[in-house]
Formats: sequence, structure tokens, C-alpha cells
Amino acid sequence: MFKQLASSISNIGSRAIDGIWRLGHAARFFLLVLLKSGTSFQRFGLVIRELYYVGVLSLIIIVVSGLFVGMVLGLQGYETLQKYGSESAVGTLVALSLVRELGPVVSALLFASRAGSAITAEIGLMKATEQLSAMGMMAVDPVSRVVAPRFWAGVISMPFLAAIFSVMGVFGGYLVTVMFIGVDVGSFWSQMQSNVDFRIDIINGFIKSCFFGVAVTAIAVFEGYDSPPTAEGVSGATTRTVVTSSLAILGLDFILTAFMFRGI
Amino acid sequence: MTSDTLVEISDLNFSYDARPILKGINMTMKRGQLIAIMGGSGSGKTTLLKLIGGEVIPSAGYVKFSDQVVHELDRDGLFEIRRKMGMLFQFGALFTDLSVFDNVAFQMREHTDLPESMIRDLVLMKLNAVGLRGAHHLMPAELSGGMARRVALARSIALDPMLMMFDEPFTGLDPISLSVIGSLIRRLTDTLGMTSIIVTHDVQESLSIVDYVYFVADGVIAAHGTPSEVRESVAPFVHQFVHGEVDGPVPFHYPAQSYPQDLNLEKTLV
Repeated sequence: MFKQLASSISNIGSRAIDGIWRLGHAARFFLLVLLKSGTSFQRFGLVIRELYYVGVLSLIIIVVSGLFVGMVLGLQGYETLQKYGSESAVGTLVALSLVRELGPVVSALLFASRAGSAITAEIGLMKATEQLSAMGMMAVDPVSRVVAPRFWAGVISMPFLAAIFSVMGVFGGYLVTVMFIGVDVGSFWSQMQSNVDFRIDIINGFIKSCFFGVAVTAIAVFEGYDSPPTAEGVSGATTRTVVTSSLAILGLDFILTAFMFRGI
Repeated sequence: MTSDTLVEISDLNFSYDARPILKGINMTMKRGQLIAIMGGSGSGKTTLLKLIGGEVIPSAGYVKFSDQVVHELDRDGLFEIRRKMGMLFQFGALFTDLSVFDNVAFQMREHTDLPESMIRDLVLMKLNAVGLRGAHHLMPAELSGGMARRVALARSIALDPMLMMFDEPFTGLDPISLSVIGSLIRRLTDTLGMTSIIVTHDVQESLSIVDYVYFVADGVIAAHGTPSEVRESVAPFVHQFVHGEVDGPVPFHYPAQSYPQDLNLEKTLV
């Protein structure tokens, strides 16, 4: 009985130590990627190539999801606001929800599952098939040549994707409330214009998406580079990327929102 | 004056955690030689290549490449000597997102300032040497195993290395591809004047092309000699390995308790 208790306590302890060690390892890797980013900027073509795979190929899911999220926001917002006779404020509701929260958060979640998982799987498979070792043996550093361009491509594309998501969402809200339900077009846009503040709402949303971009891509490249070189290893790493980055996005969102909108 | 020896391995020891893999290896590889390192699976052959390439650090002893101790070099020094080395990985390790042409051009673009027109000519020459000039536009996924390894061979000799290391170049190839790779290794070693090390299980193919053979077993050099010395050797390990005998110094059975004991026969017999 005592032995069992002791072994379960020591299990918890060793898991905690492993977790902290891995966190430290990830932090060191993140610094290493930053230090070795010189090549990415000297040869920006490498980043542009990755921007296509990471950013452009994520556009479809971002555009379609943004449109539907905006349409649902419009419908739900209208239903609630009309009870108080303020249906003309639906434009403001749609725009503020998207620009402050849903744009950065939902697009980052989609980005993590579309692009983050792809980055992890690609780097993990390159490791499993010895492509990274081969690169090292050719005196080319895999962190500068493979990891850093993918990291910067993710960081650069995230704010653009979030902005496109928000724009599509506002358009979706407009389609449903103005074109379909019949809310006055003038009040839809003018209320939105007077109540959405560029610095407080749009810039803060942009800052959020930058943080999310760094978090998601840093997690994705680390998990790929650190994955065991086996089929199970790569699949486990891909799953961890999606789970860890989704949690990181939601956690970071709370912290950032607390700082930005409550002035903590 | 450059010395005749390109790679010198002296009293080399290596352990994974506490498990010793290599125990006191000594080897000398002369310029222009084609050397085979043979031994059973898990005998530490690939680790030896990694030690020569500086991918891992020895626990004792050293590897000297061109009179420089490999593990004492800093990162820049290591990358400097790696530019003089080429390595063919077991399954080619071609970059799957690049075409055959771009794979072979990879090192030239990374390490030289050659104009693209010259790179094109050099790549086609390298591909011609392995008989795959016509396949330069294909992607690695469109190649057979043998072709992929030939492309990888062309890529590894892209910058005319002084030392080529081949990790199991014959594994999983059909007889035709196998002799194509074998004869290519010999021909390229001679024409480029490089030193080549082949790590392999394939006794007959390698004995027909190499100049010298080392047998590694249990982390030590069990035997060494020229192919003809090896073929005539009466040493039990070499004889078993060269003739592919099932039992011998390398036992068929993994260590276990006695067979009757495992089947619980001793109790019933009593």
C-alpha cells in the first residue's frame, strides 16, 4: 500500500520534471530559431516559398469560416438586439466581436489545425527520413534552412489571415442582416464606423494575432523538430501541436484581453 | 606535404547512455582507398560513420580527418570539414519537396556563388555519371528505390568530396540496381580520387569492389584484411559472416534460460 502510494507520487514527480525540462528545451529551441533567422531574411525567397504553403493555402478555410461565422453572428445578434429595438447596432456587434475576439482567435485555431499540423508533420517526416541529418552532413544548418523560414512564414501570415477572417465575417454579417433580414444599410455601416475604434479595437486585435502567430508556429516547429523519428512519433507530435497551440491561443487570449481591455 | 592518410581512428570508444557501442577501435584509411566496414546489425557500424562526420562525440579516443581531430572542432570548423565529406544515407534521404535537379544542385547553391548556368551544367554532369540525366525533372516520389539512391549518390558527390561515406548502400535493392550501385561506387572512387567507406551487410557485392575490409563485432574490430585475405580466413567469426552460416561465434539464439526450463519440462520430468 505504502509502496504503491510512493510510486504514484514519484510518477507524478517525474512527469512534472519531464514537463518542465521539455518546456525549458522548447524555450532554448525558440531562442535558437531566433538566433538563426539571419538566413531567412538574407534569402527572403525561402520565407516567401513557405508563405505560400502556410498562408496562401490556408486562405480557403479562413475565408469560408469567416463568412459563416459572420453570418451566424449577424443572425444571433439581430435576434437578441431586436428585442430591445436596437437592431441597427447589429453592425457594431458583428464588427467588434470579430475584430477584438473571433477574428484573431478563431483564425488562429484554424491556422493551428491547418498549417501548424502540416509544419509539424513535414519537419517530423524530414527528420524520420534522415533529410535533416543529410542536410547537416552537407554543412547546411537545418534550423536556419528549414525551421526558421517556416517559423517566420507563420508569424507573418497569421495577422493577414486574421484580418481576412474579420473582413469576411463583417461581409457575412452584412449579407445576412442587410440583404436577407432587411436592416437599414446606412445604420449598419455608420454605427459600425462610429463605434469601432482603430487603436483600441483593430490594433489590439492585430497585436493578438501576432502573439498567436508566434505561439502556434513556435509550437509547430518545436514539436516537429523534437518528434521521435517514427510513424507514431510524428503522429503524436502533430496531435500535440494542435492541442497545445489551441490551449496556448485560448490562454494567451485571456491574458491579452485582460491587459488590453481591462487595463490590468 | 599532405599525409597519405585521410582518416585516422585511434582507440575510439562510444557509449549510448551507459551502454558501450564501440570499444577501442583503431583504423587507418588512406587516400583513394575503398574500404568496407562489415558487421551484424547493431554492431555500431553506422555510429562509426556518425563519429567520422562529427554528428556524435566519442567518449574516448579520436577520429582525425585530414589531420584535424573531428570532435575538437567548433561548429564552423566542423561545417568546414563536412564540405569535404559526402554521405549517402541508407534510403537516400532526398529532399522530398525538391526535384531531382534541385536536390543535386542543393549544395552548390548553398555553398558556392556559381552562376545558375554553370550549376545546370554541373548538375547534369553529376546526374550523367549515375545514368539519370534524363530524370532531372522528376520528383523523389516518382523514383524507384535504386534510382533514388543513385540521385542521392549524385547529390553527395556534388562538390567533389575527399571522403564519401555510404551507409548500407545495397539494402533493399534488386540484383541489377545492386550491381549498378556497386560499380558506380568503385568507378566514382577511382575517377574522383576520393576515399570511400562503405558500411554494409552485403558480403559478396562489397568484397568484389573494395580494397580493404574491417569486421566489427561487439564494438571491436574482429578481423581486417584485403578481400582475398578475408575470403581465405579461417577465423570463426569471419568464416561465419562471409559464408552466411546460421550458427557460430554469432549465436542463432538470443540469450535465454534453458529451453526445457522455459517450457516447464523440468518439473514434469521430475
